[in-house]
Amino acid sequence: MMEVLFYIAGFVALTATIAALTRANAAHALIYLIVSLLAVAVLFFLMGAPFAAALEIVIYAGAIMVLFVFVIMMLNLGDAGVSREQQLLAGRIWILPGIMAGLLLLELLLAMDNASGATSGNVVAPKAVGITLFGPYLLAVEIASMLLLSALVGAYHLGRRFIVRRGEH
Amino acid sequence: MNLIPLIPFFPLASAALLLLTTGRMPRGIAAVLGAGSVGLSALCVALTAQQFLATGEIQQITLWTWMAIDGFTPGIAFYVDGLTVVMMSVITGVGFLIHLYSIEFMWEDESLCRYFTYMNLFVAAMLLLVMADNLLLLYLGWEGVGVCSYLLVGFWYRDPANGAAARKAFVVTRIGDTAMALGLFLLLAELGTLDIQPLMAQAANQWQAGDTLPIIAAALLLGGAVGKSAQLPLHTWLPDAMAGPTPVSALIHAATMVTAGVYLIARTYGLFLLAPPVLEAVAWIGLATLLLAAFTAMAQHDIKRILAYSTISQIGYMFLALGVGAFASGIFHLMTHAFFKALLFLAAGAVIHCLHHEHNIFRMGGLRSRLPVVFASFLIGSAALAALPFTSGFYSKDAILLSAWELEGIGPWLWAGGLLGALLTSIYSFRLVFIVFFGETQTEPDKQPGWKMAAPLLLLCVLSLIGGWFALPLAGVFPAGEGHGVNHTIEVISIGTPLLGLLIAYLLFLGRQVSISSLVESPTGARLKDFWFSGWRIDSLYDALWVRPYCAVAQWWQNEPVDKFYNAVVSLSQWAHRRLLVTQSGELRWYATTMVMALVLMLAFMLRNAP
Amino acid sequence: MGGLQIPMEHVLALAGLLFSCGLMGLMLRRNIIFMLMSLEVMLNAAALAFVAAGAYWGQADGQVIFLLILTVAAAEVAVGLGLVLQIQRRFKTLDMDQANRLQG
Repeated sequence: MMEVLFYIAGFVALTATIAALTRANAAHALIYLIVSLLAVAVLFFLMGAPFAAALEIVIYAGAIMVLFVFVIMMLNLGDAGVSREQQLLAGRIWILPGIMAGLLLLELLLAMDNASGATSGNVVAPKAVGITLFGPYLLAVEIASMLLLSALVGAYHLGRRFIVRRGEH
Repeated sequence: MNLIPLIPFFPLASAALLLLTTGRMPRGIAAVLGAGSVGLSALCVALTAQQFLATGEIQQITLWTWMAIDGFTPGIAFYVDGLTVVMMSVITGVGFLIHLYSIEFMWEDESLCRYFTYMNLFVAAMLLLVMADNLLLLYLGWEGVGVCSYLLVGFWYRDPANGAAARKAFVVTRIGDTAMALGLFLLLAELGTLDIQPLMAQAANQWQAGDTLPIIAAALLLGGAVGKSAQLPLHTWLPDAMAGPTPVSALIHAATMVTAGVYLIARTYGLFLLAPPVLEAVAWIGLATLLLAAFTAMAQHDIKRILAYSTISQIGYMFLALGVGAFASGIFHLMTHAFFKALLFLAAGAVIHCLHHEHNIFRMGGLRSRLPVVFASFLIGSAALAALPFTSGFYSKDAILLSAWELEGIGPWLWAGGLLGALLTSIYSFRLVFIVFFGETQTEPDKQPGWKMAAPLLLLCVLSLIGGWFALPLAGVFPAGEGHGVNHTIEVISIGTPLLGLLIAYLLFLGRQVSISSLVESPTGARLKDFWFSGWRIDSLYDALWVRPYCAVAQWWQNEPVDKFYNAVVSLSQWAHRRLLVTQSGELRWYATTMVMALVLMLAFMLRNAP
Repeated sequence: MGGLQIPMEHVLALAGLLFSCGLMGLMLRRNIIFMLMSLEVMLNAAALAFVAAGAYWGQADGQVIFLLILTVAAAEVAVGLGLVLQIQRRFKTLDMDQANRLQG
């Protein structure tokens, strides 16, 4: 009976994602996306990865999506933006991406034909994750921190308003 | 003290000196240097000849080794035997007289120094050619005379026609030279040496008469001889080469350079004896050329062109002699021809010089009383050319015709052709004499020839008359067996034919006793005259066969057709670039879509074996 | 509570579906914001697959990779949104089909 939870959460994730990607209003789409992420977090928890689930909510839905929200608010697209998006989404634009994505899905499913087995029912505790992180994956952690540093610097620089001085272009 | 190396040295040194001072030398000194060096050479030749006639000893002198490559060591070496002595005497003797004549002929020309440079260089190269002990040095002299011929024919280079004539001479002889070079390669590869005497001995050891290799080698050497001696089919350059100054024509195109081919065949006779088909070809070429040139000479009106075609015809006689095996007779005719042909050319030069450069014989006339010395020269020269009895030409031509008659098989045909040629020779040479020197004077001479022109003319007159009595020291050079029995019928016919020709010329051209103008002006007659005048249209044939296609190809090639291939490569890649550029639309969505397409295809490819 | 035992095909099929949806959104939408959102969806789908694999083996490696993917997503979004701000200022539009100056 508990397996049903998995399928429900999966369904929610899928529907929310589809909804997110087909909205005209950016803010609405973002909210749907957050719902989808929460559903995926539930999936993680059900599979016995509580640390991953927590991280999904805290960082992904809680930081990255919030960042998106800030930027959308800053951009202030408004009703004009909504109507433009609606216009763009109509018509024959669906054909080619639809076919391509469908073919890719088909191939992915075909590739998975000989995958068998099930997830083990064991819970992998955060402690185990921590030990693995600072054991074999220590280098990866350091590199990840450097990546974040470079992203920080880049984002600061890119987001700046440039002041045009007299005489420069 | 050995005089032999000095013989080519004097003219060579003089040429070098004149070349280095490039026209800054005063004219008098240049003239003295030019003629004097050849004179000194003639003196040395006379002393050497005297010594040779006394002792009969063949001299072989090596100055130094030219190159030493893997067993092939030709040297700068001279070989003086009877044949060499004869050739050297002709070159320096007649050459000196022509140089003396040139001083007066070219005195008003501004490039006197350049003239003597080239002439001395020519004499030096020709001497190297005849004195050479090996075929490589001979080829050096061969090429040297070719270059000097080009320089001298195009002496008055400011007129493009002269340049074209010089180029024609050079290119046509070059064809022959290439054949000769191939022949030399073949001989070196097969026999291992190019020294002439050892080469002939080795050839006799290694090859039988009638083998393929000596035939090929001899044929290639014949190709070279045909080019240099202006025989069929490479004779077209000689009439145009009359664009040069007349002493040049006398020296190069009558007495010496054009006889180089005859000398080559005579010198390497051993090789030619091993190739009987080639020897027969020599005779037929000689016959065809002498008849063709004789017919053409009868229709010309430029005084020098008549003499040019006459030269071609007489060298045909020499080839005929060589072809029937009468090598000594051929060389004898070479010598007598040098005398009377140089005489004729110098006399023609005197006419041209004194008539302010008039060349057309139909605008001359009645010069018998105006230019007596020249008239006498022309008369004696033409008599020798026509082989009237007791002139030098008579003895040499008679010997050739007799040898031709005595050959088995084709001999009588060659003799008959030679006889016809003799008739025609007599006709055209006396036609020239009668038209120029008899009748009404149309152009008056404005000067008389001075002593520097008259003295050589007189000397050459004497030589043309007594030259037939020289006994050439050719005994040890050629194989024995040339002595022939006395055949009186043939001799009578030989005496009669030129006289008959004289009679015909007298009737037709002196006072027009018999008029053939109706025959000449009839349609066939006019066409025949045009045909003979153009040299049997061989020039047009060569023009259509070689020159025009070559020029057409060169014209087409100027568009760089090979570049079209490379340009096509460039155009192709540019076209492909423009076609592919459509995919670079700059839109992010399109790039994502194409990436997905590629991904789909790759996965499909990887999964094709999946169950 | 303990984890569930879920058949791997199902989990991976779900991941595949989510990925295709994200891809579809990337190819479909012209607005750069939506394209970035589609990228997030795709990254999420990949992360799901990794965590499922870790759960299959019962090891922590899957979650470690998930953490690293998260890091990458964060960095990418930060820089990407900075770029979006610049695009808005310069082109005055967020339509990516208008930003084709690299054409040709």
